[in-house]
Amino acid sequence: MSGTAGGITKRKDLLGLRGVAADEITHILDTAEKFRAVSERRIKKVPTLRGRTVVNLFFEASTRTKTSFDLAAKRLSADGVSISASTSAAKKGETLMDTARNINAMAPDLVVIRHSYAGAAHMLARAFPFSVINAGDGINEHPTQALLDMLTMRRRFGRLEGLTVAIVGDVYHSRVARSNLHGLTTMGARVLLAGPGTMCRDGMASLGTPDAPVEVRHSIDEVLEEADVVMMLRIQRERLAPAMLASSREYSRLYGLDMDRLKRAGEGTLVMHPGPINRGVEMSPDVADHHSQSAIMEQVTNGVAVRMALMYLLLEGESDDATA
Amino acid sequence: MTRQILDAGGVERALSRMAHELVEAMHGVEHLCLVGIHTGGVPLARRLADRMGRISGACPSVGEIDITLYRDDLYTGLEKPVLGETRLPFRVTGATIVLVDDVLFTGRTVRAAMDELMDFGRPARIALAALVDRGHRELPIAAGVVGRTVETDKTDRVTVRLTETGAEEDSVFMERNPGSGQ
Repeated sequence: MSGTAGGITKRKDLLGLRGVAADEITHILDTAEKFRAVSERRIKKVPTLRGRTVVNLFFEASTRTKTSFDLAAKRLSADGVSISASTSAAKKGETLMDTARNINAMAPDLVVIRHSYAGAAHMLARAFPFSVINAGDGINEHPTQALLDMLTMRRRFGRLEGLTVAIVGDVYHSRVARSNLHGLTTMGARVLLAGPGTMCRDGMASLGTPDAPVEVRHSIDEVLEEADVVMMLRIQRERLAPAMLASSREYSRLYGLDMDRLKRAGEGTLVMHPGPINRGVEMSPDVADHHSQSAIMEQVTNGVAVRMALMYLLLEGESDDATA
Repeated sequence: MTRQILDAGGVERALSRMAHELVEAMHGVEHLCLVGIHTGGVPLARRLADRMGRISGACPSVGEIDITLYRDDLYTGLEKPVLGETRLPFRVTGATIVLVDDVLFTGRTVRAAMDELMDFGRPARIALAALVDRGHRELPIAAGVVGRTVETDKTDRVTVRLTETGAEEDSVFMERNPGSGQ
């Protein structure tokens, strides 16, 4: 990580949004805005990353994020390889570092990693020369999801500053929530958190600033009244201790977003969800499919653009050996 | 050392002559489109289209193209440029397209613009118009219509300033051997 371009720090990796400055987030979102147009062309491909190699290393299940990174690399003409945990040598007991060493020996330019351990991406970024994008590390961060969420909000409202964003559900286990908290507060939005006490802890309010407060409530109805955006989270059963949730039905009744609640929130409230949705648990099907208030498919579209922008920006000016 | 190559009147006359030449060269062409190359070529394409409309009564379509993603030097340690917009509000396939740039130099920008156009369709023909041709081509590319040809050193810098991009009045300057040598 060295040098600056137009006030923007040039970085080798994107590991999280904590500590990423507002002007850099704005620069990433502005760049992503331009890349949206590439996916609308007849030939959805530009030659920008020709000859570059991108490896997707997914140790956790994913359809959306993996496909999104895959398409982003392809639309930039990079050569991409995807490795899933279920088909990798990790099954045979290979450690993450050994897998990464082997991949490094094949000279990739960028490795996108998703892993259940917080800090997995950071470990690779420190140890290897390739760029690393964190596609989710345990309960820590999922920065590209937060960036695509912010792009979606910014496109709908024209700004992030001063927006009130409610994040509802299993905030504690959500890397999406954590990255959004860092990003949104940096951009001057107000964040309301709501969820059961076991999954939404009062201490999270300390992540706020005087200009961008974070408030913890425990009722969805209370946050819906004030929110411009309501982001519903999935219950992360794979990370949940047994005592944290009584039953899905109870959760749905107390914290699920259904049509009645959405109506009370008002027509201007934008509904978002990082996916995958558990229909009938955190969100009723009619809300998920709501044509004007649900931005869920828009989030997915913006995801490809954000990832293209990051690949473009991260792989900047690395090699000085080309023809001059 | 900085020298003025064209003042506001000079830019005016150059564009006027270019518009006449384009009207003559493109006589009878059905789908004629002017595409300005970001950033300097965009206002020039609009001005040329306006003038051509006044001369011939038929105003060609205008588009703009940002070639950043098609550059051949994106990864040579240069600061990465901010992306502009590519807008081609017409059918590219079958169209006769005149690329418009402010300064024609190595020709690499034009190569990139042609590649990008091809990704949008199959134009019937691509032509090139430039306000200033400063020589030192690195590719076999030539402009059919040129406002002003200028002898330069490779390290000189030629700058076109236009009112659309914040200049008080139009002008073209040449700077001899500016420090950076880029």
